[in-house]
Amino acid sequence: MLRPQLQYYSEEGKPFELRLVGKIKQQLSTDPTLHPEYPSSLGLREFTRKATEVALGKHSRAIVENQVLGVQTPGFTAAVRLGAELLRCWYDLSADWCGPVYLSSPCDDSLAGIFQAAGIQEIREYYYWDDKQRGICLERLLEDLESAPEHSVVVLSASAHYPTGADLSQSQWAVITRLITSRRLFPFLLLPTQALCCGDMERDAWPVQHCASLGMELLCAQSFSHCFGLYGEAVGHLLCVLKQNSVLLPVQSQADKIVRSLWARPSVGGAHVVTTVLSNSAHLVEWQGEVKHIVERCMLIRAILREKLRLLGTPGRWDHLTQQGGLFCCIGLNGEQVEFLSNRRRVYLLPGGCLNVSAINCRNLDYIAESIHLALTSSL
Amino acid sequence: MAPFSMSLFSDVPQAPPVAVFKLTADFREDTHPQKVNLGVGAYRTDDCQPWVLPVVKKVERLIVEDESLNHEYLPILGLPEFRSAASKVALGDDSPAIKENRVGGVQALGGTGALRIGAEFLRRWYNGVNNAATPVYVSAPTWENHNGVFADAGFKDIRPYHYWDAAQRGLDLTGFLDDLEKAPEYSIFVLHACAHNPTGTDPTQEEWKQIAEVMKRRKLYVFFDSAYQGFASGSLEKDAWAIRFFVSEGFELFIAQSFSKNFGLYNERVGNLTVVSKDNENLTRVLSQMEKIVRTTWSNPPSQGARIVSKTLNSPELFEEWKGNVKTMADRVLLMRDQLKAKLQALGTPGTWDHITQQIGMFSFTGLTPKQVEYMIKEKHVYLMASGRINMCGLTSKNIDYVAQSIHEAVTKVQ
Repeated sequence: MLRPQLQYYSEEGKPFELRLVGKIKQQLSTDPTLHPEYPSSLGLREFTRKATEVALGKHSRAIVENQVLGVQTPGFTAAVRLGAELLRCWYDLSADWCGPVYLSSPCDDSLAGIFQAAGIQEIREYYYWDDKQRGICLERLLEDLESAPEHSVVVLSASAHYPTGADLSQSQWAVITRLITSRRLFPFLLLPTQALCCGDMERDAWPVQHCASLGMELLCAQSFSHCFGLYGEAVGHLLCVLKQNSVLLPVQSQADKIVRSLWARPSVGGAHVVTTVLSNSAHLVEWQGEVKHIVERCMLIRAILREKLRLLGTPGRWDHLTQQGGLFCCIGLNGEQVEFLSNRRRVYLLPGGCLNVSAINCRNLDYIAESIHLALTSSL
Repeated sequence: MAPFSMSLFSDVPQAPPVAVFKLTADFREDTHPQKVNLGVGAYRTDDCQPWVLPVVKKVERLIVEDESLNHEYLPILGLPEFRSAASKVALGDDSPAIKENRVGGVQALGGTGALRIGAEFLRRWYNGVNNAATPVYVSAPTWENHNGVFADAGFKDIRPYHYWDAAQRGLDLTGFLDDLEKAPEYSIFVLHACAHNPTGTDPTQEEWKQIAEVMKRRKLYVFFDSAYQGFASGSLEKDAWAIRFFVSEGFELFIAQSFSKNFGLYNERVGNLTVVSKDNENLTRVLSQMEKIVRTTWSNPPSQGARIVSKTLNSPELFEEWKGNVKTMADRVLLMRDQLKAKLQALGTPGTWDHITQQIGMFSFTGLTPKQVEYMIKEKHVYLMASGRINMCGLTSKNIDYVAQSIHEAVTKVQ
C-alpha cells in the first residue's frame, strides 16, 4: 500500500520516465565500450564523483582537501544502512559508542528498523512536525536536541522532508548547526529527492553544504531515483565528510569491507544514466527543464488544492500547503480522520496524514478536496 | 574529551585488502608484455575480453524499446516473474516441490546478497529466536566471503568442514562425513551446488547421497551456494543434480543463486534466494520475515538485471539461445582444461595433472605450493592465488603455451 505511493506520478497517473533518461538508456544500450565487468564495491568512480559534487558543490573545500568519501549504493535504504553500519562499527571507537540515534517525529517508518538492523538499538525521537502550527516547532526541536547525550547521531532531512514536506529554513539551520557543534552531535543528512523540492539542485543541497563549510563531520544519504525517474534502478549514494584526510583511507577500507558482506557491489545501469546526464552540460540543461516541469506541476497542485479547500470552507489553515515544497505534504489529520478517508472515501494517505502531491490530478482533485473537507467536518 | 577538530573516526584501522583484488591490482601495474591474470573470477573470451552474451544484448534491446514497461519500484521481494523463473531453473520444470507450492524466491543483489538475506533470516529465526550461537560450517577451503557474510549476519561460531585433500588432490570425503557426524544437531552447512570455489572439485552423485544421508539423520541445515549453474558442465540439469536430489529427499533448504557468471551480468547484481519449505503455510511465513529483512537492507532491488534474466528464462526461444551461450562458455573452459593438461604432460612436467580435467567450473586447484606460486608471479608474471587456484578463463590459445611452460619451470625449479 505505501511504497508505490512514494513515486512521482504524472498527470496521467502513471509513474513515468523522464524523456531524456529514455534517450540515454537507448544510447547506453548500444555503447560498445561498456563492459559487463564487476564494478568496484564502492561503485563507479565517475558516478561517486558526480554524486559528491552535486551534494557538496564542485568547489567545496572538503572535496579539495580530500576529506570526502563517496560510496555508490543500491538505492537510498542501502545508503542509510551502510551509514548506520559504519557508525555502529567505527564511530567514536574510544567511547564504545552504540547510540542513541535521533529521528524526526514523524519520519520514514523504515528508518528505525534500518539502524536497528545495523545493530544500533537505541532510537529516540526529536520533536519536528507540529500539527497545530502545521509546521516545524523549532523550540521543541531544540529542546530535544539540547538534552541529547554528546556524540548522539541526529538524522536530519536536508530538503523535502518525508512525510511532512516541512523543511527547516536557512536561519533555522544556522541555529541547529550551532547546537550540533556545541553539543558535539553527529549529523546524518537525508537527501532523497534533490532538485524536486525547489527545482534547484544547489538549493536543495544547501544544508549539506552549510554543514560541510562549518567543518563538520557528517554522513549524507542520497537517492537519484526520484529526480531521474529511475525508481526501479536503485541508484543511491552515501557521502561521508571527514575532518581529517588522514582518516579517509581507513574509513574507505572499512566501508569496502562492510559492503562486501552486504551486497558485494552495486548495480551499474542507473548510475551510468545519472553520470551521463551530470557530466554533459547539454544533458544537464535538458534534465533541469524536465525537473522544473515536475516541480511546477507539484506547486500548481498545492496551490489549487489550497484554493479548493478555501472555497469549500474547510476548517483550518492551509497556507502550509503552498509554503512547503516537494512531493509530500502533511494535511494535518488525526488518526480517525485518516481512517475515514481510507475506509469511506478510498483515499489513502501516508503515515501521519501526509499525501503524495503528484498523485493528485485534474480527474481526482475535486474528489480529494471534498474528501478532506468531509473528514474535517463530519462528526466521526 | 577529543578536541572538536579531531575526527571521530581517528581510531579506525585500515582494513586488509582482499587478496584477489590485490592480485588484479598488481597485475594491472605490471608492464611485462607476456603477463597473464589467472586470478580474476570472471569469464573471458579467447581474446581475454569480457563477453556480453548475445542473448543478453538482444534482450537488453527489447527492454529498452518496450514502451509498456513501467518504471516503478520493484516489490521488496523482487520481480515476481524473475523469482519464479530463477527457482524453476534451479529445481527443474517439473519439480514436485514447485507444484506443491512450497517454493519461493527473494530477488537479491547477486549471490552475495542472497547469501546475506538467507544468513540474516537463519540467525533471527532458525534453531530458536536470535540464536547467534548455531554453528555455521563452511568448506575448507571455501570462497572467503562466506566467512564475512555469516559473521556480519551475526553468527558467532563459523567452522570449517574437511573438504580438500591436498595430498590426493581430491575430495576428502571421509573427513567431510566425519565432520557431518560430529557437528552439533541443527548446525548449518554451506554447500557448493557445483563447481566448488576454489577447488573445482565436486562430490560425485554417490558421494552426495552419502552426504545427504548423514545430514538428514543429524538434522543439519542445507544452504546451497549456486553461482555456476550451466557454467560448470554446460548442462543446467547436470549442474543442479545435487540441489534437486536434496529437495527430492525432503529437505527444507535455501539456495543462494547468482546469475553473474552464467548470464555475464556481473555488474547488474542479479541473484535469487530460493526457499524450499515443508509446505505453503511455512513458506508464506518465512517470506514475510524475509521481506522485513530486505526492507532494512536495500528495500527494493534493482530491476534491470532481473528483467533480462526473467525475459530470457520465460521465453522458450530465448531460453534455448541462452543455454547455447552458456555452453559456449563452458566448452571454452573445458577446452582450456584439456589443452593445459596435454601441454603439461607433453612437457613432462613432474606430477600427475589429471585433476586439471577432473575438476570442473571456472577454477582449478593446481597443487602449486606457495613458493611455486611466488615464482610464477615474480619471475613469469603469471598471476594466481597463493592457494594455487587458477581461473581457467584467464587462459587463451595465445597464452596457454607460456603458462604451461611457466608451470613446468615452477615445478621443476622450485620446491
